[in-house]
Amino acid sequence: MQLSEQETVASSARALTGFLTRRREQIAQRWADVPLFRSVFTVSRDEAVEACKSVVDALAVVASTGRLEDIEAPGFDTVREQLGSMSGSRSRIGLSPARIAEEVAALRPSVAELLRAEFPDPAATEATEGLLDLTILMGTLRLVTMQTALSAGEELIARQRQQLHEVATPVINLWEGIVAVPLIGTLDSARSQVVMESLLQSIVTQRARYVILDITGVPTVDSLVAQHLMKTVAAARLMGADCVVSGIRPATAQTIVQLGIDLGSVLTRASLADALAYALRHQDIDVSARASLR
Amino acid sequence: MTASIPDRATAVPVLALGQTLLVSVQGELYDTLAEQLQHDITLRVADSEVSGVIIDISGVEIVDSYLGRVLAEIAAGARLMAARTVLAGMRPDVAITLVELGLTLPGLITALDVECALELLARPSAPNGSGLPERAA
Repeated sequence: MQLSEQETVASSARALTGFLTRRREQIAQRWADVPLFRSVFTVSRDEAVEACKSVVDALAVVASTGRLEDIEAPGFDTVREQLGSMSGSRSRIGLSPARIAEEVAALRPSVAELLRAEFPDPAATEATEGLLDLTILMGTLRLVTMQTALSAGEELIARQRQQLHEVATPVINLWEGIVAVPLIGTLDSARSQVVMESLLQSIVTQRARYVILDITGVPTVDSLVAQHLMKTVAAARLMGADCVVSGIRPATAQTIVQLGIDLGSVLTRASLADALAYALRHQDIDVSARASLR
Repeated sequence: MTASIPDRATAVPVLALGQTLLVSVQGELYDTLAEQLQHDITLRVADSEVSGVIIDISGVEIVDSYLGRVLAEIAAGARLMAARTVLAGMRPDVAITLVELGLTLPGLITALDVECALELLARPSAPNGSGLPERAA
């Protein structure tokens, strides 16, 4: 009984494979007009048709292996990237994953219609089984598309997080031998790690003797943030650079005092200008207006 | 461990540049080797008129707590004999590791490289240990 059922499945899957291969051209032509493909391949319709054909081919391969419900089926590998870029371009214009899934689902009716036309008697067992298989296969395609869309989204988030870290922590060469890091936003351990690494690297490349950590843009300084600051200061000192923390606002200063954080080992200045003045003075650099302008 | 018995051939060379001793440590500094170095430096500082010691660790990839302590001891010993010790050329990743371990080497004067260290030693000394000559603000 079990065996015969498996055989039926296999044979109907074979029939589906045959149908997909035979009607490849027609399916592709119909799909090319569906929003999903039409809106992605705007340049030429031929391109859309080609893309549709490759998807149909992939479906045929999957059907021939009989693994209709398996989203990891090797047949999908060839179109995974294409589906990813398609769903990616759809989500870039603001479509939600649910909408993209709907668009993939919209591919089914046109194929179903073609498949139904294959059978002289729509009520026959072969016809219903064929349609059922097609439905399962299209459902799997939908899942595969969703999966690629979601993983593409995750990659994007990870990349942007990295970019945000880098963008948010620029190391500025203020003067010969003086670098400054304007810290903006909350300072968590991941960010302070990035700050520390890029700062130490620029101490080496700029041959910096003085480092100014400006925390004007840090909204709150708690014991954890203070700890990160002190670590950065200590690491910079080990590299032979002197660290000045600037931009401590009155509210921040009060919080630090109230929390009992000891910043005694850290040289602090009220503003970036004060810190720069300190660093310049210690390098015996005088900055003054020209006598003729006085 | 091959370096467990240090001899003259494997010991870190201590070079004299005028009144400054230059020690360039290359590769891994084993515990016994570090002790040997401490001994050598202390003797050299005592024997000759040395006003500064530069330990260049740009070739060292791992600094553990023991080495950190030995370096601090070298500096403290040299200071007793009126010589300043500057630790030069620490790599960024070594600095990060040390800080993460909580070893901030507070008593040591540091410099970016040997050149900076020489400059630093050429300046008049300051007893604050910050590595910078203190001036009236």
